[in-house]
Amino acid sequence: MALLDVCGISDWVKEDTFSSQKASVDRVNHFNFAALEPELAVPIGVDPAEFLKPFTDCEDGVEGVTIKLKHGTTTLAFKFQHGVMVAVDSRASAGSYVDTQLFKKVIEINPYLLGTMSGSAADCVYWERLLAKECRIYKLRNKERISVSAASKLLANMVANYRGMGLSMGTMICGWDKKGPGLYYVDDNGLRLSGNMFSTGSGNSYAYGVMDSGYRYDLTVPEAYDLAQRAIFHATHRDAYSGGTVNMYHMQETGWIKVSQEDVGELYHRFAAEKK
Amino acid sequence: MYFGMNEHIMKQVGIRGKDIVVLGVEKKSVAKLQEERTVRKICALDEHVCMAFAGLTADARIVINRARVECQSHRLTVEDPVTVEYITRYIATLKQRYTQSNGRRPFGISALIVGFDYDGTPRLYQTDPSGTYHAWKANAIGRSAKTVREFLEKNYTDESIASDKDAIKLAIKALLEVVQSGGKNIELAVIRRNQPLKILESKEIETLVAEIEKEKEEEAEKKKQKKSS
Repeated sequence: MALLDVCGISDWVKEDTFSSQKASVDRVNHFNFAALEPELAVPIGVDPAEFLKPFTDCEDGVEGVTIKLKHGTTTLAFKFQHGVMVAVDSRASAGSYVDTQLFKKVIEINPYLLGTMSGSAADCVYWERLLAKECRIYKLRNKERISVSAASKLLANMVANYRGMGLSMGTMICGWDKKGPGLYYVDDNGLRLSGNMFSTGSGNSYAYGVMDSGYRYDLTVPEAYDLAQRAIFHATHRDAYSGGTVNMYHMQETGWIKVSQEDVGELYHRFAAEKK
Repeated sequence: MYFGMNEHIMKQVGIRGKDIVVLGVEKKSVAKLQEERTVRKICALDEHVCMAFAGLTADARIVINRARVECQSHRLTVEDPVTVEYITRYIATLKQRYTQSNGRRPFGISALIVGFDYDGTPRLYQTDPSGTYHAWKANAIGRSAKTVREFLEKNYTDESIASDKDAIKLAIKALLEVVQSGGKNIELAVIRRNQPLKILESKEIETLVAEIEKEKEEEAEKKKQKKSS
C-alpha cells in the first residue's frame, strides 16, 4: 500500500491482512477450496521432503536405513450395474501388534459419498475428515452436493502439497452424483485415478485375485455382495495385517446403505461348510 | 458515488429466454478517425457465460480477467464448468472486498452476467459496485433504466419470449425505447444453449429493426380501423 511504503514501515508489517497486494484478494477463501494454504504447520527452516529423502525408498536412500510404510489393510470397491460395492476389513496393526479388530475404515462423508482408508490410520482419518468438512462447506455455499470427481480432486490436491513428507494414505472415494456412480482412487502422492475396480492395502493382491475371477458388470445385487465379501475374507485369511470383520457398503442412486458387518471367523466356517 | 454513476452509463438490456439469453448494448458513436471495434462492452468469461458491463472500462478489464481465470480454475479443480451463479458470486465477492479494504477504491462497474448452467438452465444476474447480486428474468441498466424496466415489465410474458427470435426482438424493442438513432447504435450478443457467444452483425439487427417497425405500423393500422369502424 502506498502510504505504508512512504512511511518506511518494515516488511513484516506488510504481512498484515489488508496491507499487501496478495493478502486481501488471493488469501484462502471459499474459491480456493482450501488448496492454497497448507493446513499443517511444518518446522521452520527445515524442508521436510529433503529431510526425509535419505530415509525413504528412493535412489538417494541409504541402504538398510529406510522407513518402509506399508498400507496394512485390505479395502476394495467396484462398480457394477446396480451401483458401487465397497468392502473393507477392520484390523488396525502397529507392526506385528494388533491394535484393534474393530476399526472403521470407511468414512461416511455424506449420504451420497464414502471414503475408504488404507495406510497410516492417523493420516487417513485426518485428511478424510478434512475432506468431509470441505464437502459440507461446498454444499452450504453452492446449495448442491459436491460431485465425486470434485471431492476426490480436493483430496488429491490437499495431499499433493505434502508430497515426499512421509504421508501414507491410499483411499477410494465412492459416490453417486448427477453423472451417476463414481469411483476414484487417491493416494498420498496426489495420484488420482477413475476406474471400475480398485483394491488397496497389503492384502490387495489376494482381493484382486478373487474379484477378477468372479467380476462381471451385470452381477445381481446378492452376487455382488457375495463377491465383495469373499474377496475381503480371502485377503484377511492370507494377509497378516488384515482381519477382524468385513464391513460392506452398497452405493445406490438413493445413497449408500450398510449391507453387513461380519466377523471373518464366522465367514471362514460358513465358506468351509459350503465346500462340503 | 454509486447513485450518480447511472447517468453516464450507456443503456444495456439483458433478457433471459427459454433456450437463449440476449444482451443488448447501446453503442456509443465513435469519432471519424477511430477504428470501430465491435462490442467492447460485451465479453465472454467462458464458453457458456458472458458479461456486459457499464462503467469504467479499465476497472472492468481487471474484473473480467480475474473472472476468466476463476472459470478455468474451477474447471480444473471441480472438473465441471462454472454455474452462472458461482461466477457471479465470485465477481460480487471480489467487488465487496474492495469496498472494505483500506487504500483501495471500489470497482466502478455494474455488470449483467448471462449464460447457461451445465444442466441447461438459462440465467441472468446483475451485480453492482457494492458487491450485491440478484437474479433477473429481464433487466436494464444505465440511463433511463427505469423506463426500459417498465417496458419490460409490461412486455415480458411467456409468449413474448416463446422463440429465440422473439426474445431478441424484445431486447431490441426495449433498447429502441430509449436509444436515439435507431438500429445503427445497437449491439446485440446472444448465447444459445450449448453454443458459444455470438455477436449479431449490423445487417441482422437492421433486418430485425425493420420487422419491428413494420409490426408497429400494422398495430397502429389495426387500431385506426377499429376506431373508425
